[in-house]
Amino acid sequence: MDYFLQQLINGITLGSIYGLIAIGYTMVYGIIGMINFAHGDIFMVGAFMALILFLLLISIGITAIPVVLLLVLLLGMFFTAIWGWTLERIAYRPLRTSFRLAPLITAIGMSIVLQNFVQLAQGARVKPLPPVITGGYTLMQTETFSVTLSNIQIVIIITTVALMTIFSYIITNTSLGRAQRACEQDRLMASLVGVNVDRVISLTFVIGASLAAVAGLMYLLYYGVIDFFIGFVAGIKAFTAAVLGGIGSLPGAMLGGLIIGLIEVFWAGYFTTQYKDVAAFSILAIVLIFLPSGLLGKPEIEKV
Amino acid sequence: MAEAVGTAIGTRVGQDSLANSVRDAIIAGLIAFLLFVVILGLKTENAQEKLILIPRIGYAVTIAVVVAVGRLLLDVFVWRARASRAAAKPLLTTRSILWLLAISWAIGAYFFIVPGAREALATSASDLFGADEWRTRTRIAVDLFGYAFMGVFIVATAMVLMLVLRRTLAGIGIGTRDETQGVLSELSTQLAPALLAIALVLPFLVVGPQQRYAIDTAIQVLTYIMLGWGLNVVVGLAGLLDLGYVAFYAVGAYSFALISTTFGWSFWVCLPLAGMFAAAWGIMLGFPVLRLRGDYLAIVTLAFGEIIRIVLLNWYSLTNGPNGISRIPRVSFFGLSFDRNAEPSFYSVFGLEYDNIYRIVFMYYVILFLALLVNFVTNRLRRLPIGRAWEALREDEIACRSLGINTVITKLSAFAIGAMFGGFAGSFFATRQGFISPESFTFHESALVLAIVVLGGLGSQLGIVIAAVALIGSSEFFRDLEEYRMLIFGGSMVAIMIWKPRGLVSSRTPSVALKERKVISAELVKEGHG
Repeated sequence: MDYFLQQLINGITLGSIYGLIAIGYTMVYGIIGMINFAHGDIFMVGAFMALILFLLLISIGITAIPVVLLLVLLLGMFFTAIWGWTLERIAYRPLRTSFRLAPLITAIGMSIVLQNFVQLAQGARVKPLPPVITGGYTLMQTETFSVTLSNIQIVIIITTVALMTIFSYIITNTSLGRAQRACEQDRLMASLVGVNVDRVISLTFVIGASLAAVAGLMYLLYYGVIDFFIGFVAGIKAFTAAVLGGIGSLPGAMLGGLIIGLIEVFWAGYFTTQYKDVAAFSILAIVLIFLPSGLLGKPEIEKV
Repeated sequence: MAEAVGTAIGTRVGQDSLANSVRDAIIAGLIAFLLFVVILGLKTENAQEKLILIPRIGYAVTIAVVVAVGRLLLDVFVWRARASRAAAKPLLTTRSILWLLAISWAIGAYFFIVPGAREALATSASDLFGADEWRTRTRIAVDLFGYAFMGVFIVATAMVLMLVLRRTLAGIGIGTRDETQGVLSELSTQLAPALLAIALVLPFLVVGPQQRYAIDTAIQVLTYIMLGWGLNVVVGLAGLLDLGYVAFYAVGAYSFALISTTFGWSFWVCLPLAGMFAAAWGIMLGFPVLRLRGDYLAIVTLAFGEIIRIVLLNWYSLTNGPNGISRIPRVSFFGLSFDRNAEPSFYSVFGLEYDNIYRIVFMYYVILFLALLVNFVTNRLRRLPIGRAWEALREDEIACRSLGINTVITKLSAFAIGAMFGGFAGSFFATRQGFISPESFTFHESALVLAIVVLGGLGSQLGIVIAAVALIGSSEFFRDLEEYRMLIFGGSMVAIMIWKPRGLVSSRTPSVALKERKVISAELVKEGHG
């Protein structure tokens, strides 16, 4: 029981990070129907932004950790969002009306570009960051095992919940959210009633990238070490999460993220660490075979 | 419809004023500065267990200025000129491509005929800059252009030769030729035969110290062409998006390695076995995903590719984990070994001195034979009912079903045959390297092969050849630029796709036709939903 509880906490933490990245995939998919393969690398760029900004703020003499983290969060979101915007502008907008596979290939190309650019700019070695948020609470104590909830896990879960709330509010209650949902349903119709489709799509990328930047910061704080290659694995997992939850569905992305995180952690905790990815991917395949449009996705209507 | 929206929104008001251009340029520069100021402007350096920041804002400023100036120049001289041109003509027509070929041919011929011309150019250009590093840089650049022109020169010569050959043959009554075609358009149809002719004599075209390296590169390109043709069956013909194609490449390579190291059977026995194993895995993957469509199919195939790699990485007792399988038997010349000490060996039977180059040349012809086999089989299959069913499935699955085509068999056969070709390529890879490990079968390979298929033009066999030569060749080409190589590689993938979204070869020939085979635009071919 105690071991289970500990794994549950770890799983929810990991799932929150995946969920934040998965939202970027699912939003882009919902609005322009493409797999943004470079999104994992935007997350990686976000993690590097967080690292650099953190070091910068410390070195110019701001030492109060909460202030530093808040600034890093906001600035990191800002700078990463510019990367998301540029990505869409350069690689996807020219192919908006083209066929389905063309933006997929440019996405893969941009992913290669981003990875190698960061490797060139920041070096190939892993970048360690000493723990910033330490301490935690012991929830349960037995003679052999203690269940702990660390402060960093609390921060990650609270931030994720807060962002999800803000984000859901934006989508359901603001004019931007309305415009976005309109574009998702029918881009042409939306443009005819005066929605600036290009702007909405750009903003979608901006929001997706800034959430990925938050995930990057969380990843950096949680694991304490990043390199230019983290985007690939995290991206694939988050994309799996988005598909599992039903791609195009926002609660689905969060749910999928949580499920993937929990499967991974439990599999690693009870069986073997090596095959945790196999477990996640197998569950995905099984779910899709029985529910071909994911857990919360809308079934695709075939028109003849 | 969507296009109309795109252009309606994309049109800016008052496009022609210079002030607007300058404003746009400044905005572009500002964005570039914001993009690069953190990630490039501040470098994290690992120093004694700690990270320190090294500021180099100059880089970001330089890039911002370059972007702003570049944007301004493009706006004024290219985009505006293009917008003012009343009838938008396609930038590259057959005629302009032929002109380009002719010019490159002339330049290539100049470097070919005048001895030392390339060296002289390198020296004079480097004198201009003075500094030593510029000398090497210029030399690399001049060399790259020299090789590119040489390549075009050889292809163009071969095309002309093939045309002459074809006309001569038609003159003495072998084969026919279409009298209505002009010389130019007839010449442009000679690209495929010309490339084939070059491929057949390639090992003898390059001599000197670079020979081994050149043939090795050619073998690598041919392996990717073969993989591309294999994946083309699944993606290009049947319209099923497969992001895990590398799994079958891996299954082929590991089957081959395990069978040949365990039982000691020869290459020609293990090759079909490995192909069969890969095909079986193709069916095993295909079965559960039959109901999935579009991007769901894509992610499951991707997951499958990753699962195979992780299993190979962790199943120590079978695959030896990350250490891989080594000492895989080399290919033999129909039973005659290429080893120095074997008896009888290739060298003793033919009375030759020992030289590794014989083995490499033989390998080249093996992969050329395999690739051509794949091409031949695919082209024949396309005309059989099964191949026509693949293409029908890509065009419209519902119509297919209502016409009584068994979609299950059709999809599974596409997966199986594509996987088998991948398995052959994997076997060849294993025997060529003599060592395999899970490192070689990452998602990157799948993405690369898919990129070759899409960049070449889905469903076009010739397009895949051109794309493979362009991508693999260019990444070898920029070898001297080391760390920038992958950056250029990814960038060129994006650039080619934006330039030609339907692939480099933008026309398709239908597999079967009622009266005459008309070449149609690639725009008319669907991409499938599977």
